[in-house]
Amino acid sequence: MLLVLKKAGEVQKMLNEKDKVFQNLHGFQEPFIEGALKRGSWSNTKEILSKDQNDIIELVKSSQLRGRGGAGFSTGLKWSFMPKNTGKQHYLVVNADESEPGTCKDREIIRNDPHTLVEGCLIASYAIQASKCYIYIRGEYHHEYVQLEKAIEEAYERGFIGKNACGSGFDFDLYVHRGAGAYICGEETALLESLEGKKGQPRLKPPFPAGVGLYGMPTTINNVESIAVVPTILRRGPDWFKSIGAENNTGTKIFCISGNVNKPCTIEEEMGIPLKELVEKHCDGVEGGWDNLKAIVPGGSSTPMLPKNICESVLMNFDDLKANGSGLGTAGVIVVNKNNDIAEVIERFAYFYKHESCGQCTPCREGTGWMHRMMQRLVRGEISPEQIELLENVTKQVEGHTICALGDAAAWPIQGLIKNFKSELISKYNEKLKAS
Amino acid sequence: MSDDLIKIKVNQKEIQVDKNLTVMQACEIAGEEIPRFCYHDKLTIAGNCRMCLVEIEKAPKLVSSCTMPLMEGMSIITNSEKVNAGRKGVMEFLLINHPLDCPICDQGGECDLQDQAMYYGFDKSRYKENKRAVDNKNMGPLVNTIMTRCIHCTRCVRFATEVAGVPELGMLGRGENAEITTYLEQSITSELSGNVIDLCPVGALTSKPYQFKARPWELKRTDSIDIFDSVGSNIRVDSRAEEILRVTPRTNEYINEEWISDKVRFNYDGYYQQRIDTPYIKENQKLSISNWEESLKVLKDKLKTLKPLALIGEHVDLETGYAIKKFMSNYGKDNVECRTDNHAILESLDSYRFNTPLNDIENADLIILVGTNPKIETPIINHKIFKAYNNDAKVFNIGENISLNYKTEYLGESLSNLNNENIIKALKKSTNPLIIIGSAFLNKIKNIKTLKSIFSYADKYKVITKEKNNLNFLNPYASRVGQLIIGNTTNNLCEPFSNLKKDNFELVLSFGSEHIADEQFNNCFKVYFGHHGDDGAMGSDIVLPTPLYTEKNGTFVNIEGRPQEAKKCHNPIGSAKEEWSILKKLSDELSFDFIPNTFDQLRSELFDKHPILSDYHEIIVVENSTSITPDIEFEDCKAEYPVSNFYMSDVISKNSVTMAKCVDEIISTPSLLEKSA
Amino acid sequence: MSGNHPGLSNNFSRSGEKFSWSKDNLRSIKNIISKYPKGREQSAVMPLLYLAQEQNNNWISIECIETIAETLNMPKIRVTEVASFYSMYNTRPVGENLVQICRTSPCWLRGSNKITKTICKETKCEINDTSDDNKFTVVEVECLGACSNGPMVQINNDFYEDLDEESTKKIIDNIKEGKPNVIGSQKGRRSSENA
Ligand SMILES: Cc1cc2nc3c(=O)[nH]c(=O)nc-3n(C[C@H](O)[C@H](O)[C@H](O)COP(=O)(O)O)c2cc1C
Ligand code: SF4
Ligand code: FES
Repeated sequence: MLLVLKKAGEVQKMLNEKDKVFQNLHGFQEPFIEGALKRGSWSNTKEILSKDQNDIIELVKSSQLRGRGGAGFSTGLKWSFMPKNTGKQHYLVVNADESEPGTCKDREIIRNDPHTLVEGCLIASYAIQASKCYIYIRGEYHHEYVQLEKAIEEAYERGFIGKNACGSGFDFDLYVHRGAGAYICGEETALLESLEGKKGQPRLKPPFPAGVGLYGMPTTINNVESIAVVPTILRRGPDWFKSIGAENNTGTKIFCISGNVNKPCTIEEEMGIPLKELVEKHCDGVEGGWDNLKAIVPGGSSTPMLPKNICESVLMNFDDLKANGSGLGTAGVIVVNKNNDIAEVIERFAYFYKHESCGQCTPCREGTGWMHRMMQRLVRGEISPEQIELLENVTKQVEGHTICALGDAAAWPIQGLIKNFKSELISKYNEKLKAS
Repeated sequence: MSDDLIKIKVNQKEIQVDKNLTVMQACEIAGEEIPRFCYHDKLTIAGNCRMCLVEIEKAPKLVSSCTMPLMEGMSIITNSEKVNAGRKGVMEFLLINHPLDCPICDQGGECDLQDQAMYYGFDKSRYKENKRAVDNKNMGPLVNTIMTRCIHCTRCVRFATEVAGVPELGMLGRGENAEITTYLEQSITSELSGNVIDLCPVGALTSKPYQFKARPWELKRTDSIDIFDSVGSNIRVDSRAEEILRVTPRTNEYINEEWISDKVRFNYDGYYQQRIDTPYIKENQKLSISNWEESLKVLKDKLKTLKPLALIGEHVDLETGYAIKKFMSNYGKDNVECRTDNHAILESLDSYRFNTPLNDIENADLIILVGTNPKIETPIINHKIFKAYNNDAKVFNIGENISLNYKTEYLGESLSNLNNENIIKALKKSTNPLIIIGSAFLNKIKNIKTLKSIFSYADKYKVITKEKNNLNFLNPYASRVGQLIIGNTTNNLCEPFSNLKKDNFELVLSFGSEHIADEQFNNCFKVYFGHHGDDGAMGSDIVLPTPLYTEKNGTFVNIEGRPQEAKKCHNPIGSAKEEWSILKKLSDELSFDFIPNTFDQLRSELFDKHPILSDYHEIIVVENSTSITPDIEFEDCKAEYPVSNFYMSDVISKNSVTMAKCVDEIISTPSLLEKSA
Repeated sequence: MSGNHPGLSNNFSRSGEKFSWSKDNLRSIKNIISKYPKGREQSAVMPLLYLAQEQNNNWISIECIETIAETLNMPKIRVTEVASFYSMYNTRPVGENLVQICRTSPCWLRGSNKITKTICKETKCEINDTSDDNKFTVVEVECLGACSNGPMVQINNDFYEDLDEESTKKIIDNIKEGKPNVIGSQKGRRSSENA
């Protein structure tokens, strides 16, 4: 069957219920093994594991699945970087640190449909020849941790994982490691450090984890959602996945909408759903109506905000958001209406990054503090147009000069604010000046 | 080797370099200096300061050159506007929370941050927010901290963990609240701790004793040698007028790399305490001030009638040793002894020196410590053992079950434990085994067969092969190897001092040897040549002031057999006279033949007699190595270690207030007792 | 007892009492260590800090650190570094209920300020403070990952979501009175569905 892919930018319709990967995203059904089996998890895992490892990687590659952890890197391609038959211990590490403000999707997978993840871990590990996998879950998700441990125990009991997993001849162990309150541990190399029992300070790259990762061994790190969709992709085929969304922006995606909407929610939708449709159809619109919209942060706190006019038409996928000066990130959509001070939204993010900087490298350690202090004054209308320029300059001095992307993540929201609302920030200053 | 060469470009200039280098190293080869704070070539790479940013053509972002591996065809740019802006940005970040208190900072004038700020600094601070203040931390009696100045480069943390082998420093907290500290602000317990002062690129960690003492440009710098152990670390002595204010390392990759021990770095306050600054003569059981004329007259008369013995102490340079030998030869043979600790030797140099070049120790895959505690006897050698250990070498220990900063397998207290099957197994497996026999046993050996057996054993297990000799003898004294080379010892190979027919002698001349106070000499007339009024001097009949090693020129041969020079940095204190000139004067008056009229003449005569000593910095080649006998038979002897307290191992250190503080705060603190319990 | 967030401080203190592992924890420790490869026992430092915290009235004392260092054969400073880096290890004693209010933008946009005020008023303690009866310690924290259910707070292990002033007061009241609370959404949502 020849499949014609839509180009990014074409108008979409609502995702069919049957095309949702996460049939129990909201937990109305039994989350555990009985429910999972009904939903089709573990149905033909053995068959999948009988495929050649490279074939699985090729299938995932051809599905055009892109990582759901933020950067949107091709999952299949990432797996193909793993060295083959090294005789060394390989690892899959699943990133369940979910700490990007605005993001709460992995949480729903873990507590309501954990077997999608457990099965995904098995299959992905098989593909990259990793007999061991660690799931690193943020410490605050205690309840989710308990749910996940229970699902893993069930999978062990049924022989789905462990020695001779699913009767495939592949031995596989799965462990959960809890974080303890550090956003930076979501950064993949900081996560590895943390897992090794150290402070979560990002490593220098190169070497990359595929070569030298956990305990110095070849390692792949993937987001929960990236892994949890894999069993369904292999079951229903890459073509099915590709039929949803657009070229290079395929499949379904979980969006978390928070902030000033009437009904905030987390929802699985077609990749590339128009932002406006997402807000209007799934969240019953902006508080105070669409015209009360100030701006939307489309992909978690790190992505630059979009002004209302772009929100009208932008599609929620990697490429269209990028083309519009932002990014899909974690698909954590934060809606800000006119009743709130957009500068304070960003000031709070600036505080977040200062609070979460690991302190290792100079621009991030010093720059996040500087930026936040200036943002505080900006909220109070106390910084002059020249100082706004200085602030922008400082964000540029941080961006691109740090060990990991936290520095960039701290810089971008402020850049987005200044880009879109500079004149407003200046008039705030002038008013304050007049008042005093 | 040419496989390893690749072509790259630095600022459009093509060069060929080893592909295993980093971008920073390649830039250096190309003559481009790269600014840095966190990078240090003896430490693991941290890449955290971000000062060394460079541009790589086609890469979207600047990269830190210290962390970046090279690739064929890479084109590196170090001088673009983008690079400059990047570094300038980093510099500004480093300075926003820095107190900029250079005028009152001890690092002033030799501060990396200050230097770089000249190039990359902004004229005027753009930072209008409040500056962060950080509480100072206690790190012990040696290292002063002003933590607001810290730039979080983590050099000190990496040094403590990787070089000193005491993981006691860390960075607590995170983000802008991250702070460097020792665990619960306890003192650093390493014998090498002072090196963090040199490593800290700013004035956060400075020398406590040197605090506010001087500015670098006021100091006279003199090259010298550490004489407080046998390693021969290269040092630089900084003085102003007749006072030493600071001792720092000179880099010597073959010996101390760029480290020195805390003893030589900090005991210099002891140089000026309890100094013998004038001649004394005993009258009515009490030493009273005399003068050179009177005291030499008395001594000359004694020398006419009494049979003399000369004892050589641990700090005696070769020129002095040679003068002593020459003088004593007027009284026959076997009347000079440097082995006052009963150090057993064989004839050849390879039986009393460290035969493995010090910078090869780290290549050993098996190390057997036999009656030595390198941590407190020779901390630099201990560091090298630690390096080997980190490269997966196994370390065994025989003697006392001492605590070291790495894991050892303890095999018992007797020399014969060398036959333990675990060792034998390990030796058979090892490709580069190394044995260190220390003074704790060497000074106890009664039977020469034992020493020979050690050679046979080393030969049998390939510690000695045609290509190399990894059988090492370690004593902690700076003077010993050299004095033995020039023959300043008596002819008993074992127990030379105990077997010395002491009642043959009526006059003891001690050159800094405290053994003059030994009971056996009670009936002798005693003359002490030295600089510190300790027990040795107190019990003598005549005390003659001589200069410290920093007050004259002198040659020392280090433990591996490398002659080096310690240079004079200021005039002797008081009326001290160099030993050779005293002996010269006495010789003249006694009508002995003593030709040198100047120190230079003395030295050239020494070198004529012993040409091997004149080749400074080169390891002396052994001409007749010890021959191997078939038998292996070890006698039983109980180890007795020559150094029990690192900070108080000699007369000078015993007079240092700083060293006394170290004993109080580092050795005697409850936390440490807790640790060893 | 006010000042810093109890979980992010570089200063540790002694409890004055010896800390040794309970029998149960000794068993758990064996189990935990077995999850990591041999020679990589240091990986267990985070789980052990949790265990110690649980056994030690919800905070990490110097005694805890020293016991962990000994158990895992790690330098004490390394354990201290880890304990000081992560916000969930309390470096000083906290009240029976550690109330963590999310202050980050998604929750703030939905009124976390009011929730903070309500909580401070009802527990009678300031941010970073512990109430006199030692029932509550209140802190503001960064995003807890329940943004579609904001504003929200975490009390000990449990999330309380979709809060308003009234439901917040009720939750605090229930705790004071020893009554159980419904965890999760306070508006009757199952999770984060559109409802
Ligand atoms: C500061 C920072 C925080 C991050 N936090 C997370 C996170 O919480 N969860 C996540 O999956 N990825 C996070 N990432 C991205 C990861 O580094 C990594 O790219 C991702 O886990 C890869 O998975 P994927 O390829 O499946 O997207 C973070 C990155 C940075 C720089
Ligand atoms: S104290 Fe000095 S050496 Fe240590 S991290 Fe700070 S600046 Fe670097
Ligand atoms: S010298 Fe390269 S980052 Fe510090």
